[in-house]
Amino acid sequence: MPEHPKLDTVAAAAHTPDTPQPYAELGVADDEYARIRGILGRRPTAAELAIYSVMWSEHCSYKSSKVHLRQFGEKAPRSDALLVGMGENAGVVDVGDGCAVTFKIESHNHPSYVEPHQGAATGVGGIVRDILTMGARPVAVMDALRFGPLEAPDTRRVLPGVVSGISFYGNCLGLPNIGGELGFGAGYAGNPLVNALCVGVMRHEDIQLAQAPGPGNKVVLFGATTGPDGIGGASVLASATFDDSSHAKRPSVQVGDPFLEKLLIECSLELFRDGLVVGIQDLGAAGVSCATTELAAGGTGGMRIELDRVPLRDSTLTPEEILMSESQERMMAVVEPGSLEAFMATCRKWNIPASVIGEVTDVTPEEAERGGRLVMTWHGETVVDLPPRTASDEGPVYERPYARPEDQDALQADTPDRLERPGDDEELRRQVLAVLGAPGICAPSWVTEQYDSYVMGDTVLSAPHDAGMIRVGEDGTRGVALATDGNGRYTRLDPYAGTQAAFAEAYRNVAAAGARPLAVTNCLNFGSPEDPGVMWQFAESTRGLADACLEMGTPVTGGNVSFYNQTGAAAIHPTPVIGVLGVIDDVHARLTTAFPRQSEGARVVLLGSTREELGGSVWAETVHGHLGGLPPRVDLAAEAALARLLAAAADERLLAGAHDLSDGGLAVALAESALRGGVGCSVHVEDPFTALFSESGARAIVVVEPEEEQSFARLCDEHGVPAAEIGTIGGTALTVTFPDGGFSISLDDLREAHTATLPAVLDAE
Amino acid sequence: MTARVGVVTFPGSLDDRDAARAVRLAGADPVPLWHDDPDLKGVDAVVLPGGFSYGDYLRCGAIARFAPVMNELVPAARSGTLPVLGICNGFQILCESHLLPGALTRNRSLRFVNREQAVRVESTATAWTNRYTEGEEIRIVLKSGEGNFVADDATLDELERSGRVVVRYVGEAPNGARRGIAGISNEHGNVVGLMPHPEHAVEELTGPSTHGLDFFTSLLAHLADTSPAAAAATG
Repeated sequence: MPEHPKLDTVAAAAHTPDTPQPYAELGVADDEYARIRGILGRRPTAAELAIYSVMWSEHCSYKSSKVHLRQFGEKAPRSDALLVGMGENAGVVDVGDGCAVTFKIESHNHPSYVEPHQGAATGVGGIVRDILTMGARPVAVMDALRFGPLEAPDTRRVLPGVVSGISFYGNCLGLPNIGGELGFGAGYAGNPLVNALCVGVMRHEDIQLAQAPGPGNKVVLFGATTGPDGIGGASVLASATFDDSSHAKRPSVQVGDPFLEKLLIECSLELFRDGLVVGIQDLGAAGVSCATTELAAGGTGGMRIELDRVPLRDSTLTPEEILMSESQERMMAVVEPGSLEAFMATCRKWNIPASVIGEVTDVTPEEAERGGRLVMTWHGETVVDLPPRTASDEGPVYERPYARPEDQDALQADTPDRLERPGDDEELRRQVLAVLGAPGICAPSWVTEQYDSYVMGDTVLSAPHDAGMIRVGEDGTRGVALATDGNGRYTRLDPYAGTQAAFAEAYRNVAAAGARPLAVTNCLNFGSPEDPGVMWQFAESTRGLADACLEMGTPVTGGNVSFYNQTGAAAIHPTPVIGVLGVIDDVHARLTTAFPRQSEGARVVLLGSTREELGGSVWAETVHGHLGGLPPRVDLAAEAALARLLAAAADERLLAGAHDLSDGGLAVALAESALRGGVGCSVHVEDPFTALFSESGARAIVVVEPEEEQSFARLCDEHGVPAAEIGTIGGTALTVTFPDGGFSISLDDLREAHTATLPAVLDAE
Repeated sequence: MTARVGVVTFPGSLDDRDAARAVRLAGADPVPLWHDDPDLKGVDAVVLPGGFSYGDYLRCGAIARFAPVMNELVPAARSGTLPVLGICNGFQILCESHLLPGALTRNRSLRFVNREQAVRVESTATAWTNRYTEGEEIRIVLKSGEGNFVADDATLDELERSGRVVVRYVGEAPNGARRGIAGISNEHGNVVGLMPHPEHAVEELTGPSTHGLDFFTSLLAHLADTSPAAAAATG
């Protein structure tokens, strides 16, 4: 290989302190650059600048969010279930019987706008490697997606591309896609949200951590070769607001190879099983920079890397480019010399290229004091010599100013009270159909039919049910349930309450499947942290989530922040997506949302209290295009009581179905359950408008067979959950009666309204 | 002796675990076979499971046909002695190996399709469908991006004339398959290729039905009929 013509070595840097460096273009602020010079006692080499620029980027360092995210630790509830908390690649939760699960959700928003297919595909790949890195076998994925208005021309580019990317990558990995969310809104037009969640299963003793103990141990890079993909992606692409020059960034999106990732999964699990690694890290954003600094910082602090040993797919790459490359499907392991041969043999079995690129070194007490010592050479010349902890753990922390936006009061004062209500029964009926067909409510099958939900044979529940559920442990009875929720409209109206509402909905979804909620992950999608109004939303949102998790006893185990989701000055609605994981002792007790066809005559019971709460509702948006007022009040005590009731009732096999009430209220829940079961229902309500469209929280509908009515009523009393029998299952229509009237909609008409929306737009020529 | 059914794992196989589970639930012993190992370990039958064998970047199954595990399998299957069931990617491999006619191309929608699917069993004269009744409609799982079965008219006519269309989609073929064909057999009836997945319809809890299990119990009945030793064991 020809020597790089302008190699910037440590020795050269020491002698040329005044050489101008393009730190601003790499997203490094003036004071940050000054701090790097302070740490090193000289100017950084180009390679060192590359490392600091990606490691101190918003995406990797959480510099704007850190002060707020600390609450998740400070307010963490005591939980015996938490085996590994925040800070590692993903949290690990005990689900009993020596079995543990790890789960996490992560954004790939910006790349998915630039190149929807590859952006979304590599988003799946990245989160799957995070889970694998913990030592777990990935067993399922979910996706929370938001797009611009369905009719917007660009949505027809972005949505099908994102879905095909998730389908292409996830299906090829053999991971069932068990659910997620699909939403639309004007603010997401230039800022789609692609949040991918993965869950993995392992035995307690199999947990792997990102660390590099033991001087003399080898550092092995295995998986794909390194190319020019996503160079600068972490710091430039993920942290910069889009403007008209975004096309210039097109090559920055990585390209994924799911088949290689599948091999990497099987190979890595075999390496773990045979005890051949002592530390492991996946290469995601910031690639080799991140893996080496984090592994070194988590170990002795010392590491020596020969960068020229990194296998390349483009031989012209410079050391800086290698350090910043985000080529996919790569992992870095720390291996004892005695295990190296066996390690390489396993890689050969799976056709995975592997190269020793360095080793763990000892550090002197002085070096340890400075943050360790990471040295990298390029054909014998030293191009990096820095304390790795300063890059990985001691990045800048900002207390960004925040202030309640000026329009917030006016927004909250503009309540839905002024909106015109349906004038007669026919108009009410039409509005039910309109809400049922609204893009964020309608059947998502155009999307979910592209995802393999059956592979692995352990999928107990998948979309469109309230939660996804998988059986864990070979042919066992234990299961885990997962749901993700986020409501940007609620959060826009009140970020504190809106975030709690999103958490409560995910919690309720898991409970409505019959599982006990245990732990939380989150993906916080916001606009620019440099906007004090956005920062206020973020501060309120994180405070709301931390308070709710404390009260409900469900710790946050990890997550991800995505800032800069804005076009020009217009930020997206703040959209924290909250994932809740629960456990069920016997998956046969799970509850589904479908009305059971064989249960004609069974009672439909509404649990919880309904208030007139229409702020941020689907009704207000669909019928009036209105957003204002306050979101539904969050009553966490009522949510907890409802969840306990549902788990107990499922356990005692008292229910023939359950569906949580959320977006669109009772009208949508009844219609969905009827359509999924292929059987109608007749209900009677006092105030039809509020009953059908209010979005009050802590509510669900359940199906109770007549012979279980008494036992269930007793259980509702015990748990202090209000229960009202509102109707019975049967027939081929949804019939709603009230004191002065009523209406009926056939299942065929419901189905047409619910299923036609997406194909009408996405299949149009 | 319990029947031993080999399940081949290619590097990109995905439904191998599920095929093994279905074999087990049917009452046979699944035997893992590795793509790179020509040894069939004396199994009584083989399942080629779904997945992406070698990534399928060329054509689905195009590289898998050259795998060492196929060396012994192909002649034994062609001669009519070894029962082989290819599901999804397995079907594609059987076509690429010329054990079955035709080819599987991209779905007409150009999108992956994952859904419960009603299919009709058209032939019970195979090693894998003898426990069904002709014309029986079953609900199993379809999940594939390249499930659109194509062949020329003469081949399709011959398949129909000789009763080798094993399974057809009920209603319009969701992938555009010619004449609604979801599965076919060779002339001996020992080799069957299916686009939909019976192995994902073997448990109430995880599948749309348990209708898929009889593909595997059919095999056991077939083995009992053709092997005295197996007949004695299953009684």
